[in-house]
Amino acid sequence: MFEWGPVILALAILMFGVAGAAILTWWERRLLGFWQDRYGPNRIGPFGAGQVIADMIKLLLKDDWVPPFADRMVFIFAPTAIVVAMMMGFAVVPFSPGVQIIDVNIGLLFFLGMTSLAVYSVLLGGLASNNKYALLGGLRSASQMVSYEVFMGLSLMGIVMMTGSFSLVEIVKAQEDVWFCFSQVLGLFVFVIAGIAESHRLPFDLPEAEHELTAGFHTEYGGMKFAMFMLGEYLGLMLIAAMIVTLFFGGWMGPSLVIFGINWLPPVTWFIVKTIFVINFFVLLRAAIPRPRYDQLMSLGWKIMLPITLLNLVITGAVLLWSQEGVL
Amino acid sequence: MLELALFYIAASVALFATVLAMTRTKAVHALIYLIVSLLAIAVIFFLIGAPFAAALEIVIYAGAIMVLFVFVIMMLNLGEKGDARERQLLQPHIWLGPAILSLVLLVELLYLISTVEGPASSGSVSPKDVGLALFGPYVIAVEIASMLLLSGLVGSYHLGRRFLDRGL
Repeated sequence: MFEWGPVILALAILMFGVAGAAILTWWERRLLGFWQDRYGPNRIGPFGAGQVIADMIKLLLKDDWVPPFADRMVFIFAPTAIVVAMMMGFAVVPFSPGVQIIDVNIGLLFFLGMTSLAVYSVLLGGLASNNKYALLGGLRSASQMVSYEVFMGLSLMGIVMMTGSFSLVEIVKAQEDVWFCFSQVLGLFVFVIAGIAESHRLPFDLPEAEHELTAGFHTEYGGMKFAMFMLGEYLGLMLIAAMIVTLFFGGWMGPSLVIFGINWLPPVTWFIVKTIFVINFFVLLRAAIPRPRYDQLMSLGWKIMLPITLLNLVITGAVLLWSQEGVL
Repeated sequence: MLELALFYIAASVALFATVLAMTRTKAVHALIYLIVSLLAIAVIFFLIGAPFAAALEIVIYAGAIMVLFVFVIMMLNLGEKGDARERQLLQPHIWLGPAILSLVLLVELLYLISTVEGPASSGSVSPKDVGLALFGPYVIAVEIASMLLLSGLVGSYHLGRRFLDRGL
């Protein structure tokens, strides 16, 4: 018996992912404008939302050009990698009870694996462009992402210790009483920062820092190939936000509102509301915090993030042992 | 039956990608094929009931170690010169000897596999089982590996020290 549920859900994620990323480009610019006391795009359509369609038409009609000095095969392959990896990452996200493409007992590791594969997009894009700015951007992203991956993985191990499983459904169920954002404050702190660094968004967008590297790894990209990089970045943003909600803010958990025997606030609404809230928080960070220097970014990682995660692991382990055995 | 078909698909992808990884002259292309080969091996691990090993294969090998390989290739950025040297290494008189010797080993291995009956493992190995095995019977191996990593860390710190002293 072939199950259609996951297939329909996968198609829905594909559609909502691409549409959501497109809308997010407009939403982010509007929010940034709001926080910086200006308007942002407000000319086309209601509230300037038509800007999304205008951008899309522009990107689709642009000449699809590969520079003659670039490594053609790798140049074309690079932008697809990030989109595919980020889309695959959504496969393990539990949107609400039973609404999930696949519940594997390595869900968390699968997510980490997919985010680490997304690095190749930036790396190969920078290398294939055969351009010094692109190469420098790629180099930066490689060391930045390999470093922050370490803390990203380690910061989640506290949750795994408390749940006793890598399965994301189990992790959400373990937050029935207390969300992990209270018991794993340090883990949340590190995961949020590592998440921004992994999706290389401002303030941590040093691979494409335009004040020093033109546009970094995507200097040579234009048209739809450039749009794929952007799509991947916004998918990554949504994926990280969804994971933060799943891991630290109780996933689909929330009070239900039953009137006439129908639940007017099904679990999935809570999931979406929380995710949108986290995405807006990321945009606020982008508006509020300036970009650090590259060496500051790396020393922040290794000198502050790593000790904090290790401390978090030791404390979590000690508290768990203490509460289990009842010694002391 | 489906699992068997999936296994053979993944295995042939792994073999094909590995052969291509060896014969490409451009280092980046070779690395991409090697990454594909590692991903195919992760699929095989998943199929034979070791999801944890599959995840680690992706996170550590494909996601971290190969990134460092690409990083080094980018740092060196050999270009045409590197391709020419690579092309020289692919001449038959260089690889023929090792190839014949490994062919002998392959025949031996195939013979040995044909004498073993049934699959080597059964059932699925959960992350918990791996953890219990690592910190139970194999704890010495874990400790030795951690010591090896520590020595690597100290060594790289020593190499980087002169840059630290200079204040860079």
